[in-house]
Amino acid sequence: MTSKFVTWLDERLGLQGIYDTVFDRKVPKVNWWFTLGSASLFLFVMQVVTGIFLSVYYVPSPDHAYDSIQYIMNGVTFGWLIRGIHHWGATLMVIFVFIHMLRTFYYAAYKFPRELTWVTGVVLLLATLGMGFTGYLLPWNQKAYWATTVGTEIPGTIPVIGPFITSILRGGSELSAVTLARFYSVHIWFLPLVILLVIGIHMYLIIRLGISNIPGKDD
Amino acid sequence: MAESAEVSRRDFVTVVVGAVGAVIGLCVGIPAVAYLVSPALKVQKGEDWVSCGPLENYPIGVPTLFTFTRTQVNGWERTTISYGVYILRGEGEQILALNNMCTHLSCRVSWKEDAQDYVCPCHDGHFSIDGKVVSGPPPRPLDPYQTKVENGELFIFLQEG
Repeated sequence: MTSKFVTWLDERLGLQGIYDTVFDRKVPKVNWWFTLGSASLFLFVMQVVTGIFLSVYYVPSPDHAYDSIQYIMNGVTFGWLIRGIHHWGATLMVIFVFIHMLRTFYYAAYKFPRELTWVTGVVLLLATLGMGFTGYLLPWNQKAYWATTVGTEIPGTIPVIGPFITSILRGGSELSAVTLARFYSVHIWFLPLVILLVIGIHMYLIIRLGISNIPGKDD
Repeated sequence: MAESAEVSRRDFVTVVVGAVGAVIGLCVGIPAVAYLVSPALKVQKGEDWVSCGPLENYPIGVPTLFTFTRTQVNGWERTTISYGVYILRGEGEQILALNNMCTHLSCRVSWKEDAQDYVCPCHDGHFSIDGKVVSGPPPRPLDPYQTKVENGELFIFLQEG
């Protein structure tokens, strides 16, 4: 019965073909460093799921941001767990993505024909750092406030256009409710959609080109 | 491979993966569901005896207004609610405590000494000294509170939510 149904679906959807292409593709004999991409993807999924759960209670307004997180931590059952996973997952994701980049660099896996995989990977690394930066403000505590004050001050040192960039980031000359709202928006909409799209391209390239061998002495 | 009575490696792995997957699923699923439903399970109704001060503060036969506030916490938000109670002391232990909220659209009624009734400023509802509707749109009498006196101190019973 089950297999009959699966066959029926497969005849129409071609699931077996997708499965073979994605999961049964040939890979060279590699080591554990090659799992970091999958680990990053897994962490991204975790961040999306826990982030969606946090948005149930979090309020991106100076009046309520801090209190709503206190409520998540102390008032909601398992709120501490969801926020804890999101908090530590964020740190882990930055670390994993970065080591993933180092592995690609040291194994020279960015070379022909995988240049575009590398370029999309750089976009993903920057977007991940952007997620870390925008998410850091959301607790709206002293550390968040001053870290973002300093962080948005840095592009202000660019000659001529620097101060303008700072006020775009802040949505005004000072850190305010506008800053919190736009950081929240970037954190939950702009950057996740960019990451999702670029992960799609990144994965397509990996599946299409295959992963590179570990370079030998002669390479 | 020949069929044998022993469990094959493939079946063993399938069962173990299924079992471990189920445990992980529960570990993730239970907190997730608990997280979403937990505010619904919290009891938000508060019941309390509220002190209105010494009974002798209230003159006999004249409705006297007593006001107090209660703070309700909903998640990250605090709402302060004001209450007004008209306390009418009769002979001896006889006490009538009426909520000053009009039963029509919740405006605050006030006692008019000259007219000898409670008047609602919004739609000119009139209530008699014992809270019954005299005229106007109110659908029912003013809501009374349960009262008690302990050691000369007056209490009313407040139900929130």
